[in-house]
Amino acid sequence: MNEFIQNLIPVVIAVVGSMVWLGINALVLVYCERKFAGHIQRRPGPFEVGPHGVLQTLIDGLKLMGKQLLTPDNADGFLYWLAPILSMIPVLLLFMPIPYGPVLTGMQVNLGLLLILAFSSFNGLAVILAGWASNNKWGVLGAARAVAQTVAYEIPLLLTVLAIAFMTGTLDLTEITAQQAGHIGNWFIWKQPLAFIIFLIAMFGETNRAPFDLAEAESELTAGFHTEYSSMGFGLFFMAEYGYMVVICSVCSVLFLGGFHGPIPGIEGWWWMLAKTYALLFLMIWARWTFPRVRFDQLLNINWKWLLPLATFNLLATALIMKL
Amino acid sequence: MNALRKHVIQPIIDCWSLLVGLKITGKYFCKPLITVHYPRQVIDDENLTTYGGHVELIGKPKDPAMPKCISCMMCVTNCPSGCLKVVKQKVEKPTPEQEQAWKEAEERGEKVVKPKAPKNPAKFVYDYTLCSLCGTCIDNCPAKSLKFSNNIYWVATSRKEMKIDLLARLKGQATDLSAPAPKTEAKPAAAEKEA
Repeated sequence: MNEFIQNLIPVVIAVVGSMVWLGINALVLVYCERKFAGHIQRRPGPFEVGPHGVLQTLIDGLKLMGKQLLTPDNADGFLYWLAPILSMIPVLLLFMPIPYGPVLTGMQVNLGLLLILAFSSFNGLAVILAGWASNNKWGVLGAARAVAQTVAYEIPLLLTVLAIAFMTGTLDLTEITAQQAGHIGNWFIWKQPLAFIIFLIAMFGETNRAPFDLAEAESELTAGFHTEYSSMGFGLFFMAEYGYMVVICSVCSVLFLGGFHGPIPGIEGWWWMLAKTYALLFLMIWARWTFPRVRFDQLLNINWKWLLPLATFNLLATALIMKL
Repeated sequence: MNALRKHVIQPIIDCWSLLVGLKITGKYFCKPLITVHYPRQVIDDENLTTYGGHVELIGKPKDPAMPKCISCMMCVTNCPSGCLKVVKQKVEKPTPEQEQAWKEAEERGEKVVKPKAPKNPAKFVYDYTLCSLCGTCIDNCPAKSLKFSNNIYWVATSRKEMKIDLLARLKGQATDLSAPAPKTEAKPAAAEKEA
């Protein structure tokens, strides 16, 4: 019993830490996104609430919480409210195996990568449930798109991750980070440049971010799968989206950019991980405000005709080289 | 070989355009803002002069409180929205003595010069709620007495306030020549960058 409690305490701390980390990130990223969008369009973005509008997202969050939770007529109430929760809860789990620093690791799991890939698929399920249960044509269309998209983009993502797993012989993210220790030349981005590019593109598809935000597509489907959600129902989806962004960018920096190892030997720490993750996040935001949304057939063509064959080729080449 | 070039090599080369796009938005990100934070900043003079606000009267060069207007009603007849209302001045009613004098003069066979009505309008009311800012009145004014104002910060809280007595406005502008356009104390926005 005593041992059980001893094991439980770090897990509880990690979960609470993940919640806080997720909340802070959602606030900061939404603010950054709006500021970034503003400056690209040469306007200031949020400016009035707090100095330079820093409190805007906090106030928006409060506003969302204060709104009424509405369930549309003829919607499947249970599934309708299950969806946002199902979207949100796995995100907390996803932060656990990511090594943010030499000490700052929620839980060292020897199948960490698999855990992240498995639980991040819950988001696809949540999107489908949300679209289907809300009894709304936009919702259904968004859900249908989400199914095709997440299924498609999961595959090249898995194949690139598999290539890394082949090289390192492990699915433990801490171990993968350890193998990239030393200087910048040891980072896997140099050994797997193609995999990095494929991962980067599939990352946008997996997180439903522009230019691949077909499931939301506000100009065509109003808001796609979360059209009917009000208040924190929408808020949870919103937070989950940013949560998945942080997770996938963290995983990308662990797999390809050396995790918490710095470019020069000797200096390592959580700040490197944070800097790399945020650099990738800013790239995602930057891309969102640069590229127009692709058409749905184009989206699937990019995946099935380009990413999948390239990822397969990359995997086979990696396997061949590892064997030699 | 052609097919290979068309379906494989060209798309890869075209990926370069993605970087070009990122470069463009990145460049714009670093440029100064072009919007104006209104209460803290005001429009600079260059942009104020090109602003076409509501219609207003132009005063005579020698008497700025008196409009150049000759009450010809061209603006009223041409206005598609019917937002202008001009009332001509009436001739002063002659006194009985004057009438008597004219009668006598006519009987003597002299030429009588009766006073004419003054040309400038008695009333010039403009309803901004109806105006479509088409500028037809300005183009058709033979006396060139109308123009778009640069009254950019004008706010009205009721429909009544949107009906402007343009003569009174011109009088106000003439007496307050030191401040022709409403300007606040804030500094002009000219390419001021927010950090």
